Amino acid sequence: MAAEKRVVFRSAWLPWVLIGPQAAVILVFFFWPAVETVLQSMQRQDAFGTSTEWVGFANFAQLFADPSYLASFKTTAIFSVLVAVVGIVLSLLLAVFADRVIRAAVVYKTLLIWPYAVAPAVAGVLWLFMFAPSVGVVSYALRQAGIEWNALLDSGQAMALIVMAAVWNQISYNFLFFLAGLQSIPKSLIEAAAIDGAGPWRRFWTIVFPLLSPTGFFLLVINIIYAFFGTFGIIDAATEGGPGKETAVLVYKLYYDGFKALDLGGSAAQSVVLMAIVMTLTFIQFRFIENKVNY
Amino acid sequence: MKLKSLVSCSLVALAAFSAPAHAQVEIQWWHAMGGALGEWVNDLAKGFNESQKQYKVTPTFKGSYPETLTAGIAAFRAGNQPDILQVFEVGTATMMASKGAIVPVGKVMKDSGLKFDPAAYVPAVAGYYTAPNGQMLSMPFNSSTTIFYYNKDAFKAAGLDPNKPPVTWAEVALAAAKLKAAGQKCPFTTSWISWTQLESFSAWHNVEFATKGNGMNGSDARLAFNTPLHVRHIQDLENMAKQGLFVYKGRENKADVTFPSGECAMITASAGLLGAIKKNAKFDFGVAPLPYYQDVAGAPQNTVIGGASLWVMAGKPADHYKGVASFFNYLSSPEVQSASHKRTGYLPITTAAFKLTEQSGYYKENPGADVAVNQMIRKTTDKSRGIRLGNFLQIRTIIDEELEQVWAGKKSSKDALDEAVKRGNEQLERFQAANKS
Repeated sequence: MAAEKRVVFRSAWLPWVLIGPQAAVILVFFFWPAVETVLQSMQRQDAFGTSTEWVGFANFAQLFADPSYLASFKTTAIFSVLVAVVGIVLSLLLAVFADRVIRAAVVYKTLLIWPYAVAPAVAGVLWLFMFAPSVGVVSYALRQAGIEWNALLDSGQAMALIVMAAVWNQISYNFLFFLAGLQSIPKSLIEAAAIDGAGPWRRFWTIVFPLLSPTGFFLLVINIIYAFFGTFGIIDAATEGGPGKETAVLVYKLYYDGFKALDLGGSAAQSVVLMAIVMTLTFIQFRFIENKVNY
Repeated sequence: MKLKSLVSCSLVALAAFSAPAHAQVEIQWWHAMGGALGEWVNDLAKGFNESQKQYKVTPTFKGSYPETLTAGIAAFRAGNQPDILQVFEVGTATMMASKGAIVPVGKVMKDSGLKFDPAAYVPAVAGYYTAPNGQMLSMPFNSSTTIFYYNKDAFKAAGLDPNKPPVTWAEVALAAAKLKAAGQKCPFTTSWISWTQLESFSAWHNVEFATKGNGMNGSDARLAFNTPLHVRHIQDLENMAKQGLFVYKGRENKADVTFPSGECAMITASAGLLGAIKKNAKFDFGVAPLPYYQDVAGAPQNTVIGGASLWVMAGKPADHYKGVASFFNYLSSPEVQSASHKRTGYLPITTAAFKLTEQSGYYKENPGADVAVNQMIRKTTDKSRGIRLGNFLQIRTIIDEELEQVWAGKKSSKDALDEAVKRGNEQLERFQAANKS
């Protein structure tokens, strides 16, 4: 490592020119909107933006005075953990199996990647149809099996429904990464372990799993972000946050307030809160989980 | 006539010389009517475009009602607003509060010099879109109201008289019990729970849904739907739900499909559902007025409207407004109105159109088509004229959320209504603060 030769630019302006395009993209598409959001979170506007008033932190104060907003933190935590854990475990399982398939592996893998091409809102509607209390295929089967399925009024079932839809929609993405991770593990390592007498389970735990941990960690971060930001379409189509507010996670309320209720100030304040949460979570993940990862 | 055509000929010639690409003034119309209703909108524009040469109305479908409103707002903020924007009744207060963004229809019509008589419009419809000072703010377009549908075949099978629909809520419960005993899994359901069971319910019984004439007379209105009468009704529904007589089928119009499919035997829903039922129901059905409580003085009064109206956006050249005015004039003619009413089931918005439809014998041939009209063509009171509240979309969602707790057995009717009023009032305060000026 010490022998690594560092290339240094002698010109004062060339490095700036080279990073310029990238920096411009980040500024325009990330920082500018973020700053706008922070500014907007301290304003109160009518829907058409014809009158703007600076209200300081009033939007935030209003948010945190609302018990249903505080309750949705708990809902979001449950939802995100379920989506991330179930999604990662299932896709790891599928990837391990796909890695072993010899015949028709391409077909199997292609089929597993398909759900990723489905838009979240469409995924929500698909699952909604399958689980619709009166007409759904699955709810019919459940009724035959003696389970009264009514996600419209049963909050646990409603949560299960959106978790299933969200996991299903994200599983291909996770699967792809796990599969790539598995394929990059040298076969020689596994063969050596096999020769030493390690069974499949032990080979998985002592060799494959640790070597997959960078992928797993990356997916954990991505899935948490997905659960936090990417799932409002599914929830809107499947439950609209109901019954009551039992499935109204933070990002759904943000979407509802901003795009349906046209309360831009309140919605921007929620974006800022959400941004802070995800930044903190990502920081914690890098700080405390990353050092358990083997690269 | 000769002179007129000569003038228009020379105008066309002049236009052809000066700006060949803009021979006609194009009027952009953004709407939320998909499917069969979208075809209706296109036919209206086509009819107008063929009736004259000066203006061309171009309708564009922008998605659902909320999506269309959001699109209009985003376009206005970017300076690309359409000339006409269709906004659903829930967004009315938002539009009215945005003074710089819209031009009142009354002003557009007056400036155009075209004949315009606000009194020609059905009071319960036009009153809703009229400012306290009497100026009409938006053009009523597709207006509906809440009515009651029932499955005559299911009534027969349950030993009920198919020609005697329940008139009171007590009769609804009795009919539901008989239907259930005859094996009907969903005797009664409802779409638009806030609209049918609280908003129209209030007007129908001539009690306030909110103070200040339901918000029509000022933005400092507060919700009032937790009176003993409201609690009694929700409690009755709760009891029906417990016995499986009322089955909750979801928010908004999610319950709509359960009636034509035969799953639910009775439903309270929009009058605009009639077309879909006619098309899809494989059974004999009946239409009846909304049920009520007989012991309430003044009931039945009238029901409140739903649907949408057309708003004229600000910041357009003067000749556009002339075009908009002549298009609205075309839309309001009794012939066009009557044809639209027959085609869609939406209410005729002028009294003349209603009379024309009646004279044509349409209501005799189509029993039930006049139920909605009869519920609306009445003298309204301060409590029944309509409901116009800020952040109404949120208030309806709050009502959905609180009532779901009742159907799930987690909250009592009284607690849920009290909580909905409290949470809804916070929304009203917020709207009032954001629209002070």
